[in-house]
Amino acid sequence: MKRVEEMGLWERLYFPEVLRGLWVTGCRFWRNLIVHTLHLFGLAKDIQAAITVQYPDERLAYPETFRGRHRLTLHDDGSAKCTACFLCATACPAECIYIEAGEYPDNPVEKYPVRYEIDTLRCIYCGFCVEACPCDAIRMDTGVHPANWGFSRQDFVENKELLMDRSRQLQAKGREGLYEEHVRRYQHV
Amino acid sequence: MNSERTDLPIETMDLQMGPSHPATHGTIKFNLKLEGEKVLDCDVEVGYLHRGFAKSCEQATWTQVIPYTDRLNYASPLINNVGYAMAVEKLIGLEITPRCQYIRVIMSELSRIFDHLTCCGMTASELGAITAGFYMLEAREILMRIIEAVCGARLTVTYVRIGGVKHDLPYGFAGDIERAFRIVRKLLSDCDRLLSRNRIFLDRMSGVGTISEEMAIAYGLTGPLLRSTGVRYDVRKAHPYLVYDQLDFEVPLGTKGDNYDRFVVRIQEIEQSVRIVEQALKKIPPGPVTVDDPRFVLPEKERVHGSIEGLMHHFKIIMEGIKVPPGEVYFAVEGGNGELGFYIVSDGSGKPYRIRVRPPSFIAMSAFHEMVKGCMVADLIPTFGMINMIGGECDR
Ligand code: SF4
Ligand code: SF4
Repeated sequence: MKRVEEMGLWERLYFPEVLRGLWVTGCRFWRNLIVHTLHLFGLAKDIQAAITVQYPDERLAYPETFRGRHRLTLHDDGSAKCTACFLCATACPAECIYIEAGEYPDNPVEKYPVRYEIDTLRCIYCGFCVEACPCDAIRMDTGVHPANWGFSRQDFVENKELLMDRSRQLQAKGREGLYEEHVRRYQHV
Repeated sequence: MNSERTDLPIETMDLQMGPSHPATHGTIKFNLKLEGEKVLDCDVEVGYLHRGFAKSCEQATWTQVIPYTDRLNYASPLINNVGYAMAVEKLIGLEITPRCQYIRVIMSELSRIFDHLTCCGMTASELGAITAGFYMLEAREILMRIIEAVCGARLTVTYVRIGGVKHDLPYGFAGDIERAFRIVRKLLSDCDRLLSRNRIFLDRMSGVGTISEEMAIAYGLTGPLLRSTGVRYDVRKAHPYLVYDQLDFEVPLGTKGDNYDRFVVRIQEIEQSVRIVEQALKKIPPGPVTVDDPRFVLPEKERVHGSIEGLMHHFKIIMEGIKVPPGEVYFAVEGGNGELGFYIVSDGSGKPYRIRVRPPSFIAMSAFHEMVKGCMVADLIPTFGMINMIGGECDR
């Protein structure tokens, strides 16, 4: 783009520029319209029409690195891997992880979390907790974006059971299934 | 009839525009002194988005500050990340790996394109050219998807770490960028055809919001605002950091210092940024993306899981934070709107003693009254738009 120093006759006339502008927008309009129509008949799916995504009917897949809702990973026997070491709570810049540690009666080596809560209204989804965890007990790889409606503040506090259950669900249904379920909740509101 | 008209009282009117005026994207208040439609004086009130950035940082560890910097200039969060991390690295005296330097350059330039697209697109749409605004938003969206694939989030990226970046670029990044740039170039040429010779646009932008070279320097303006007056100052050229001295790019300059110049400078800078990214992608070497220094960088997960030293070292960094040697340092990078500087003081503990940001748009707002003096009220909008004041950065 260059600076137009002096407006010449062409710019002063308005009309040629109006027509040129109509041509530019018209080309785009007709192209998008045609591609959308083709999509309607299931053709030319790999050509991108307008950039708008008709969410929630269509959606873009989240990338591998996407930081979604948390989950607590599980041992093979179904118990949480977390050892209540408090590193995630320390690393969290939003101070939104609340842990209460407990001891197994028969295991002097490890502790476990009696309570593990994430206040997702405070969470900024930075992923520091995942980085901080020394035993891979918390992950954000569910590929589901955070919940954004609820009826009370308590609805946004995710407790240990919920976070562990998410791991089971992920294993059973995969990311797609988890996401479908998440979106279905919106459609029923 | 005529005699009555001449007797109309001519007195100045005080008008308050804002704090949340629809045409000012960002919460800001202008106290205007008007004579009819003419602006005699403009007193700018900022600070509506003050969140206590500097004070919050003192409560956080050096690493925990990174998410805060995302939220400074939220049109180009990656540049803030880079600026902060490099300031801390300068204080430590840490030399980051070559691959990481290139990644930081690429991500900064993508963010700069973002920033300029937001600024130009929004200004155009405020002047009625909403189609051009949407084309630029489309270009932004395409690049945003790439950023998301790299960082894991669109806006709150938290990608840079002290001593490196979080992880390497994803597989197929170069191809994605190439495809995206093809579309972006097409969209920009469409915008060019819609705007650059459009008389309405020219009339609204040309000769409006002018500031002279001396004034711009006196107020300490930087970035496109300063370069539009013809001063060749770009932090990337004046004090090269990262690998900017090995890349070939130009600094676009304006001549008059009006809004139209700012617009043209920004659009030309997008082209230069595209060039920089393409060169950097060609030159980027393989290798690690974080430095191998156990004092500042978390060990890899395998070492944490597999060895007691790794685990202790991991605990130590998280529990106590990175220990930055005592001292103070100023480091500036070229942000989307100008020189983005971080002045940090460390007392040797795991937390910053003091962090102060030099926000380019805050300084630009201090010269705003000079730009709009004598203009019409309607001219405030494009002038404000081309400053691209971002509340998060200006008010911190
Ligand atoms: S993502 Fe960040 S804010 Fe959220 S719980 Fe983890 S560390 Fe805390
Ligand atoms: S999730 Fe990980 S970091 Fe957090 S308490 Fe459990 S084991 Fe420690």
